[in-house]
Amino acid sequence: MIHSDKELELIANHIREDIIKMLVEAGSGHTAGPLGMADIFTALYFEVLRHQPHNPEWPERDRVVLSNGHINPVLYATMARAGYFEIDELKTLRKFGTRLQGHPERLRLPGLETTSGPLGSGISQASGMALALRMNQEKQQRVWCLTSDGEHQEGNTWEAIMFAGKNKLSNLTVIVDRNNIQIDGMTEDVMPLEPFAMKYQSFNWHVIEINGHDFDDIVSAMNQSKAIFEKPTCIIAHTIPGKGVDFMEFDFRWHGIPPGSKDISGDPPKDRQAKVALEKLRTMNGKIRSEHE
Amino acid sequence: MSNYLAEEIFGSDILMEPTRKGFGEGLLEAGKNDSEIVALSADLAESTQVEPFAKEFPDRFVEMGVAEQNLVTVASGMAAIGKKPFVTSYASFSPGRNWEQIRTTICLNDRPVKVVGCHSGVSVGPDGATHQMLEDIALMRALPNMIVVVPADSLEAKKATEELAKIDKPSYLRLTREKTAVFTSENSEFKIGKAEVLKEGDDMTIVACGPLVYEALKAARELNNIGKSVEVINCHTIKPIDSKTIIKTAKKTGLVFTLEEAQTTAGLGGAVSELLSEHQPTKIIRLGVRDRFGQSGTISELWKEYQLDSASVVKSVTEVIKV
Repeated sequence: MIHSDKELELIANHIREDIIKMLVEAGSGHTAGPLGMADIFTALYFEVLRHQPHNPEWPERDRVVLSNGHINPVLYATMARAGYFEIDELKTLRKFGTRLQGHPERLRLPGLETTSGPLGSGISQASGMALALRMNQEKQQRVWCLTSDGEHQEGNTWEAIMFAGKNKLSNLTVIVDRNNIQIDGMTEDVMPLEPFAMKYQSFNWHVIEINGHDFDDIVSAMNQSKAIFEKPTCIIAHTIPGKGVDFMEFDFRWHGIPPGSKDISGDPPKDRQAKVALEKLRTMNGKIRSEHE
Repeated sequence: MSNYLAEEIFGSDILMEPTRKGFGEGLLEAGKNDSEIVALSADLAESTQVEPFAKEFPDRFVEMGVAEQNLVTVASGMAAIGKKPFVTSYASFSPGRNWEQIRTTICLNDRPVKVVGCHSGVSVGPDGATHQMLEDIALMRALPNMIVVVPADSLEAKKATEELAKIDKPSYLRLTREKTAVFTSENSEFKIGKAEVLKEGDDMTIVACGPLVYEALKAARELNNIGKSVEVINCHTIKPIDSKTIIKTAKKTGLVFTLEEAQTTAGLGGAVSELLSEHQPTKIIRLGVRDRFGQSGTISELWKEYQLDSASVVKSVTEVIKV
């Protein structure tokens, strides 16, 4: 690995702090998903991806398709930390004239491969890219598609999974954020997805299940997917929504709102949510005390 | 008569071909000229006429199965790598079923995917209302970045396909199932965005699109017999519409009929009404399907029922001008 686990952890924590700050500044947006995916994005952008942040149109690059566009704070923060643009620009999230639109828009920001937000069409686009790269006999470039568990309730998603399986798109890796929450509650209550891994396997995919907060696990699964022939790979990343801020963790009420927007029973009052969240992140939920005392 | 037309267009021996056939020929030609062109089919390769391309270029043909949402989104992904995809299905399903995917992943993304909707209009015939797409023009022309082309005959469809293949914009090509008259000339130039004045006239204008342009020409001939001089315009590109030509004819004749095999609401009739009410207020009568669904029947039965054939057009016109 290029970075140690500690280094990756530090980067991911900066990204989480960026996410909280951006959302507070924006006054709207999603919180739990972006925090939960910070480790995956860190591993992908800082350890695995073939890319040149200062040359986002580099023809030899890997392609990243964010299917569930609503978690874009984590994408933007990761891109900024990786050097695609200044970290200061993160403050413009969701504001008039920004390149960081409320949902990612390709034409506004170099480095975005597609426009997304409406759920269920990312794996299709990633499959199209993978197929076209194979037609061009590109051997090195991979397509990485990040999706949510909830968007596997969309029919389009399964059309794509069937298609990629049929075409043995081994240059495609799909990473599912299996955080079990969606806006109206827990996925298994709203519309069950289990047995989830078996569904992918039965569509002729290679499936790896990982702890989405363990960098060894994440990086090794991503690298393993590159070595699998004859099949696309699905990495089911078990993540904790709201990861890093204990009062947000596992709580679907934090899916679609930013810190400071409303009081939530059991959580800090709304005017203190962001401050407490940043403290939690800086102190690893109170585990590191010395620096802050 | 314009030299855009064939020499003799009213003979009983006129060649009859469906517009989808011209598309198939045009796609094959375009594929020979540009190796980035790929074609995707949602289990309808033969009837959408993508088959000649698929046989010639099997490595550039992608069978999607019955999955129209995946059809257009995979195409968007292929376009991201530099391919120029033509995606084919019946218009009821594509763009009928997958409109949001077209909106987000093709138009907002500005990817040069060509959506080809076969089997539009009531002329599909026996299959009935489910398969007779009438709202596709409205759906597609509402989208920013989208070009909308409705060829009038098989020859024009071939040329339109070859022209669309050359431009890097999202496009919609509207095709039909049944054989209709081939009345344009082999040598005339097809330009996206240019409406063709096929016949000049002074008393009124019929602006038509698709195979009904031929019915407009026949109606104009009959109306000429009762002393009415009718200008006929083939408005094959509905977006971007040729505002110059349409405003000019409205100024000249002061009475405009539109004719289309689609819902007039937001269709060609809608487009012409919007244009002229802003720039050249003119009396406009929209002939086409008026807030109804189609049904089973033959093309001639259905064109009569929905008042789209030349006899119905003559009747509609004479009612308006009270001859």
